[in-house]
Amino acid sequence: MLQKGERISFERRGDRMIVHIRGEIDHHSAVLVRTGIDREIMQDRPREVLLDLSGVDFMDSSGLGLIMGRYALVTKYGGTLAVVDPSFAVTKILRLAGMERMITIKRTKEKKV
Amino acid sequence: MKSRVDFSAAVENQMTVTLPSYSVNEGMARSAVAAFCAQLNPTAVELADIKCAVSEAVTNCIVHAYRGNVGEIRITVKLCEGRLVMVEIRDRGCGIENVKQAREPLYTTDAEGERSGMGFTVMESFCDEVRVSSRVGKGTTVALLKRLHK
Repeated sequence: MLQKGERISFERRGDRMIVHIRGEIDHHSAVLVRTGIDREIMQDRPREVLLDLSGVDFMDSSGLGLIMGRYALVTKYGGTLAVVDPSFAVTKILRLAGMERMITIKRTKEKKV
Repeated sequence: MKSRVDFSAAVENQMTVTLPSYSVNEGMARSAVAAFCAQLNPTAVELADIKCAVSEAVTNCIVHAYRGNVGEIRITVKLCEGRLVMVEIRDRGCGIENVKQAREPLYTTDAEGERSGMGFTVMESFCDEVRVSSRVGKGTTVALLKRLHK
């Protein structure tokens, strides 16, 4: 069931939780997004968490911290975390941080700038 | 290999914006800079690079320079001859004791806040040149330079 929120919504498919993030991820918004995601994750402890970034228009290094923090949270209880459909600009910063060596980046759509 | 950028290039147009260091102003800061740069018709990638670099510099002012206090962030954008964009982000916060160390990848003094320590690395990667001048107790000025495509 899709729960609508201002920036994030959650979709459950069995052991998989898909977190749809929209808008801009910076230091200001990351705090709100982090709190919302952590609450859902710790409540359900899904085996697989997918961070859907297809709706993210902008992300700076605060987003890197956000993703790394959720990766640490999920792997701590034995789950896995992947990032889905980041834009060209978001992919650029993920690569800069070497994040694709640690976290799976899945693509289901054509790349966008 | 990046070539050094001429800081003395003639200024053709410029804008200065002053904002209080509220985190909600991060988006406003990068959007204002991007809107002003749009008159040079940059590519989407160039504009995204500038927005990201500005966002990093402004976030540093909020998180590190003022550390929870509210201070002034002054942003000056200069559009110079040769399609050179220069953005100066200035604060009057605590200053940086060791600029060289602060610019190292993954270095952060705010580990609890989930900072990645990649702020300066992003600025340096997305711009042609980044200059930092800082005095402890006086503040910091970060100058971002990016030359746009012809």
